[in-house]
Amino acid sequence: MRAARVALPTTVEEAVEALTEAPGAQLLAGGTDFCVEVNFGLRRPPAVVALRRVQELRRYEVTPASVVIGAGTTYADMGGTELSAVLPALAAAARTVGSPQIRNSGTLGGNIATASPAGDTLPLLAALDARVTLRGPAGERTLPLGEIVTGVKTTSIAPDEVVVEVVVERRTGPQQFLKVGTRNAMVIAIASAAVVVDLEAHEVRVGLGSVAPVPVRATEAEMHIGDAIDWRATGGPRASAAALARFGELVGQAASPITDHRSTAEYRRHAVQVIARRALERCVVRAA
Amino acid sequence: MTANSGTGIAERVTGARRGDRVGDSPARPDGAQKTRGEFAFSSDLWMDGMLWGKTLRSPHVAAKIRSVDTAPALAIPGVRAVVTAADVPGRPTFGLDVPDQPVFASEVIRYHGEPVAAVAADHPEAARAAAAAIFVDYEPLVPVVDPEIALEASPIHPDGNVFRHLVIRHGAPDATGDVVVEGDYEVGMQDQAFLGPESGLAVPAEDGGVDLYIATQWLHVDRDQIAASLGVPAERVRLYLAGVGGAFGGREDVSLQIHLCMLALRTGRPVKMVYARDESFFGHVHRHPARMWYRHHASRDGDLVKVEARIVIDGGAYLSSSNAVISNAACFAPGPYRVPNALVEGYAVRTNNPPCGAMRGFGAVQVCFGHEAQMDKLAAALFMDPVELRLRNALERNDRLVTGQVLRGAVPVREVIRAAASHPLPPPPDPAGPVTARPGGAGATAGPEDVRRGVGFAVSMKNIAYSEGFDDFVTARLRLEAGVDGEAVATVSVATAEVGQGFVTLAAQIVREELGVARVVLAPPSTVDVGSAGSSSASRQTWMSGGALQLACATLRAELVVRAAELWECAATQCLFDDGDVVRAATGERLSVPDLLAPAPLETEHEFHHRPTRALDADGQGDAHLSFMFAAHRAVVDVDPELGLVRVVQIATGQDVGKAINPVQVTGQIEGGVAQGIGLAVMEEIVVTEGHVRNPSFTDYLLPTVLDMPDVLATVIEEPEPGAPYGAKGVGEPPTISSGPAVLAAIRDATGFPVTRAPVRPEDIALTWMRRTS
Ligand SMILES: Cc1cc2nc3c(=O)[nH]c(=O)nc-3n(C[C@H](O)[C@H](O)[C@H](O)COP(=O)(O)OP(=O)(O)OC[C@H]3O[C@@H](n4cnc5c(N)ncnc54)[C@H](O)[C@@H]3O)c2cc1C
Repeated sequence: MRAARVALPTTVEEAVEALTEAPGAQLLAGGTDFCVEVNFGLRRPPAVVALRRVQELRRYEVTPASVVIGAGTTYADMGGTELSAVLPALAAAARTVGSPQIRNSGTLGGNIATASPAGDTLPLLAALDARVTLRGPAGERTLPLGEIVTGVKTTSIAPDEVVVEVVVERRTGPQQFLKVGTRNAMVIAIASAAVVVDLEAHEVRVGLGSVAPVPVRATEAEMHIGDAIDWRATGGPRASAAALARFGELVGQAASPITDHRSTAEYRRHAVQVIARRALERCVVRAA
Repeated sequence: MTANSGTGIAERVTGARRGDRVGDSPARPDGAQKTRGEFAFSSDLWMDGMLWGKTLRSPHVAAKIRSVDTAPALAIPGVRAVVTAADVPGRPTFGLDVPDQPVFASEVIRYHGEPVAAVAADHPEAARAAAAAIFVDYEPLVPVVDPEIALEASPIHPDGNVFRHLVIRHGAPDATGDVVVEGDYEVGMQDQAFLGPESGLAVPAEDGGVDLYIATQWLHVDRDQIAASLGVPAERVRLYLAGVGGAFGGREDVSLQIHLCMLALRTGRPVKMVYARDESFFGHVHRHPARMWYRHHASRDGDLVKVEARIVIDGGAYLSSSNAVISNAACFAPGPYRVPNALVEGYAVRTNNPPCGAMRGFGAVQVCFGHEAQMDKLAAALFMDPVELRLRNALERNDRLVTGQVLRGAVPVREVIRAAASHPLPPPPDPAGPVTARPGGAGATAGPEDVRRGVGFAVSMKNIAYSEGFDDFVTARLRLEAGVDGEAVATVSVATAEVGQGFVTLAAQIVREELGVARVVLAPPSTVDVGSAGSSSASRQTWMSGGALQLACATLRAELVVRAAELWECAATQCLFDDGDVVRAATGERLSVPDLLAPAPLETEHEFHHRPTRALDADGQGDAHLSFMFAAHRAVVDVDPELGLVRVVQIATGQDVGKAINPVQVTGQIEGGVAQGIGLAVMEEIVVTEGHVRNPSFTDYLLPTVLDMPDVLATVIEEPEPGAPYGAKGVGEPPTISSGPAVLAAIRDATGFPVTRAPVRPEDIALTWMRRTS
């Protein structure tokens, strides 16, 4: 058995070079998906490009207009740095991921590149219309998340491209991330929902996880509730119980879940609408 | 003794004395190593020049094997041997009870994951590639996966599809009660999920035999099965216990033992094998799934009149210990209650599902979900408090079981119920508390208004040791000698498998208690220098191996007294043993154990048998069991009914232990057993569809995490059991039996929904909620 060659670049440029030089080389970040696949015999790369030493991937930047998050940012960082103040739903999502060991190693870039329907950062990124920057031998390109994640565990990232960073616009207002699993911690989502309330644009953004092949937006639900909320009510935006219930129903309609060994389609659809409604209820005042 | 998980272990176990004798709580000898990660488990075994083994398993549930071509595997560089059914030198089958399971499938595949071949290679990767390269031509068959259908279907094995059909008829068959409640219940397939996967190292020996280092529960029964299949005399197969990373029943059956030995003999080289986690799910038997129907009759006052039950357990493709599991399920079908009339029908059935066998609680677990749900139903029908109903019907000493057996030992059923019920309840859910403390945990799904609290109660009973006439014994040897520094050293040789239960601690405590000798050495357990100790299962080793050791100590104590009497030239009756010394009664002179050992060491060997039990007759009547343990659990559970998510807040328990030889270890068994019990209640299940195992990994076979584990409040009831060493009953199984049923009862209490299946799935609760609210 030939051992894989391992490159240890310190810059993104070197990483791209290393990918180009060794055909079939694969990127290794925290290894929390990668190594599981190696153990299952699903992945046997001839060469590995390890990203741990690439400091620029671990950078994040908060500006008045946007938040830039390096692909190498770990869940521990998402949940425990100033990022958690500007993107509380990302922090909440990060805190639901795995165990402390997984949160110390696993990265945002790895979550995007794995493109699992249950990837916990993806619903919020979808809700915020995140843009993802990739760098390859031909230079950089930036695509919306929806064009990166194209199906169950499939992406448009080329084999010689590195996810460099993710950019989202800053939004003023509360955010929530809720995730349903059969266990109280360290569990793959059966359904998840990220809800972002934008107090300036007067809109609600909803991203759903584990209820479709890719993270989905609940646009009908967003439009309905955006109109139904009284944005100028004293004490904060206000929605009627009926409008919230309708919001839940429309969220359910945005889902196209499956039945598998983890749960049933019927339950997933039910659960996602319950958690989306509850998430919104934590952000607005519920009128009688 | 009260134990509360909220605080550190030292304060937790009141009554845990520091010393190192019976009733104290000395630390485990392997504890620090295990905590530091320095303990050598069987997966750490290593020998220079060893090969790596790998098993090829069937992807099909049921199939005919048309042909097997191993040539492509042998062509891979580094591959040293491939063995199949054709290479088994001796008996082609094995089995704990009846050898009905092929070492390798030869013509027929009967379950998903059945072994077809094994490979040895220089490197684990070469072994893996070789196993994948073996070409097996399968003709898939339609599997029989429903036990009810299997009862009628044409046999999938020459021995037929019914392992055992057992009927218990007791009292008047047509007795009826004023109040009758009926229900159907189901339990899913739980896995032992021990953390140390199956592993071992086989080394070929010069005499044509083999030395096997192995993690197992019962060295001698493994040896006998290996020797039979290798076709060599048992003495040439020598087993040595390697570090065991948990067992819970899953290491009672042979897994890789015979494969490893065949590969070692074929290659003439040491061969190591370690199952990966996914293979471990295919490599051992699981807890039997069960379907149960119950009808309880009671008088208007709440006295049980009759219990009727039909219990069907799915044994999967091969027998394993199904016959004993269904016997327990049938015998304990009514639970720990006085039942004058009963008709219980039990079936253990063969299907094309994964084989099932021993797991902690062994048949008593499944029926407890049924009988306890029935007791709650009955209480509701009678407008009685469920705890009152249980107290009213609780078994007492001299009562009869439905098998006709009279209970002659300690039967503190009321005491365990009262103890569990009298623990303080936890404070109500805190609306201002962290969201992660509510059902849904880290997922932050529930607001304070989404949570409903429920309280549930369950009581259980189980037998200790082997039943139905099985000749259950332990051989133990004890040697006393003066060490180089003149101190006495006691060496214990007993083949008892330490699987985590703490026998290594108890053995030393017993010798210290009996002989006052501080230095106790446990010889490594093996089949080489001592006879069988039986299995580390059925909560039996404290009684059985402990009993053998106590007997050996008594013999040596008597011999020490004789030696002293000879020196003093007085009658032995004039001397008595007093805490490590022999004292001459008349003069008060003393001789210490080291003094008495100076001329020569002392040694004794004992075979300890428990009181014989009897087979059940055609009506399921007979003194089939040695002794019984009882436990009660009260669960407090928070439920989010709309999402169907559950959080167990507190388990309070009373447990009948006879005597806590090591209170800290008892607490450990209680807390660990509770974790396994609530796991079965709310998350642990091997999902099998059409015979296919869908979740063979810890990604999808969910075990409770620390966020799922409730506070545990425990009271142990110490009413000594006659005939047991120090009066100690086993303690390992009861915490796993009624904790889960108590959790389901609490979920029913919180929701008002008829939760009848374990594990309860979120959809079971939430979809009922949807139907009721729409
Ligand atoms: C026990 C356990 C629990 C888990 N729990 C969760 C959970 O709750 N929620 C969840 O969403 N996930 C969970 N995961 C999955 C995993 O932790 C996440 O998907 C994580 O984000 C992967 O990141 P990583 O850095 O470990 O990626 P790696 O495993 O190193 O890589 C994953 C994939 O991404 C590619 N990749 C990595 N970085 C880049 C990059 N910069 N550019 C291009 N490609 C890249 C790799 O080549 C590989 O294909 C869990 C995993 C484990 C083992």
